[in-house]
Amino acid sequence: MIEFNNVAYGYGGQDLLTEISLSLAPGSFHFLTGPSGAGKTTFLKLCYCELQATAGRVQLLGKDTRNIARDDVAGLRRNIGVVHQDCKFLDHLSVAENVALPLLVAGKSRDETNLNELLSWVGLSERADALPAELSGGERQRAALARAVIMSPEVIIADEPTGNVDWEMSLRLLQLLVELNKMGKTVIIATHDMHLIRQAKSQVQARVLRIANRRIQQAGVDL
Amino acid sequence: MSFLLPFLKIDKTVQDRIVPPSGFTAQLTILTSAAMAFLAVFALTLSLATGRLADRWAGELAQSSTVRISAPIEQVEAQTKAALAVLETTPGVREARALDADEQRALLEPWFGPSLPLDSLPLPVLIDVKETAEGYDSESLRLRLAGEAPGAVLDDHTRWRKPLITAANRLRLLGVVSLILIGGVTAAMITLAANAALAANGQVIRVLRLVGAKDGYIASAFVRQFTFRGFSGALFGAFLGTVAIALLPNAQTTGGFLTGLGFQGYEWFWPFVIPPFAACVAYGATQFAAKQTLKRLM
Repeated sequence: MIEFNNVAYGYGGQDLLTEISLSLAPGSFHFLTGPSGAGKTTFLKLCYCELQATAGRVQLLGKDTRNIARDDVAGLRRNIGVVHQDCKFLDHLSVAENVALPLLVAGKSRDETNLNELLSWVGLSERADALPAELSGGERQRAALARAVIMSPEVIIADEPTGNVDWEMSLRLLQLLVELNKMGKTVIIATHDMHLIRQAKSQVQARVLRIANRRIQQAGVDL
Repeated sequence: MSFLLPFLKIDKTVQDRIVPPSGFTAQLTILTSAAMAFLAVFALTLSLATGRLADRWAGELAQSSTVRISAPIEQVEAQTKAALAVLETTPGVREARALDADEQRALLEPWFGPSLPLDSLPLPVLIDVKETAEGYDSESLRLRLAGEAPGAVLDDHTRWRKPLITAANRLRLLGVVSLILIGGVTAAMITLAANAALAANGQVIRVLRLVGAKDGYIASAFVRQFTFRGFSGALFGAFLGTVAIALLPNAQTTGGFLTGLGFQGYEWFWPFVIPPFAACVAYGATQFAAKQTLKRLM
């Protein structure tokens, strides 16, 4: 599914990540932790080809990302749903249009029933026609999650998805991600929130990857 | 032109609205396109009118010439008859006849007004000479006239016709160069506007890439918008330009070149070529700008 083989990433002559070797199996659930600036976001960006490794080999869904063509990156992104802490939308389109955006760019027709079911699943049925600016932090995160999964991707990557929401909403988002994992999706969540990780323990078989000193230090430790 | 059709859809689907429509780049593109199309109509008119003029001068005047009799008053009639006799026996001359007083008045009226006292003016007699397709040998005709009618001077128009035709052809060339420059400036302005739009919509590009949009898809969203703006602006500008040309005075002999500045017959079709051409320029310019920007943002 996702394989890192002695991967390093550097910028401006300095390594931000080094000697990263790991394999994330299909259907697995991972938490990525570490102090601020440790390289969690950089690691995730390598997982969805936003960045290219400066050394080593990253394989995503069976594709070697070294010298990958721009259009192939787009193809990969359709199978990797991404949720950011500061989730970005097209502010002039409605929530429903934003959620359906991946279908549009992939040239697939928009099934209104499925879209409504998805919006209902994330609790945004009533907000379908609202503009992103009218949403609360939690609603934005759920809209971003709906957009990330509408193409039924194999991998869901969430970068600090609960950073801007209260505990109750954090649990709701975690529950949605756990549900996706139970559907067979591979889930990777970067978070500082140890309470959230402990909460997940009761619901799913999760693994913690800790980044410190530019390396994955506790890969393989079960929660 | 069929490739333009998908870009000219009027109904706004989500696909058409991916790029936010507002912003100064929209107005800049429409305004530039309209202004350039307006100017293009005039450049086109200039080019076509000077082309007609050059053709007319080259065609009509090449087949005619004038013999001027400047002699003492008592010899004018005799020398006119002698000159006509020479012309009638000159190979290559189809017709030769002296202009009467009315015809001379008509020639001078545009310059001196209708109440010209021809009788009191020492005007030379003019003989209008029409040539055959082969033409005559002007040097030998001059020699014969000098012998038979010493006051007769042959003017085969060559002396002033050539620079006029050259000037008209250069004006036509200037018109064509102006059209090329207008196209180039339009392309440059639309490229700048598209670059500004792409830079201002960095978040749109990031979001589209995040959800799996290919660069071709992102580029086409901008290209579609700018092509439509280029087309609609040019349509407006070309319409205004055509109306302005239509309101110019009708072509008149007395008005000369200026009143002939307009379209004739099928030439009225040409302004309608400008909007699709502007759309093509906008399409190419935005494609170029989008490809460069998206490559830089990799």
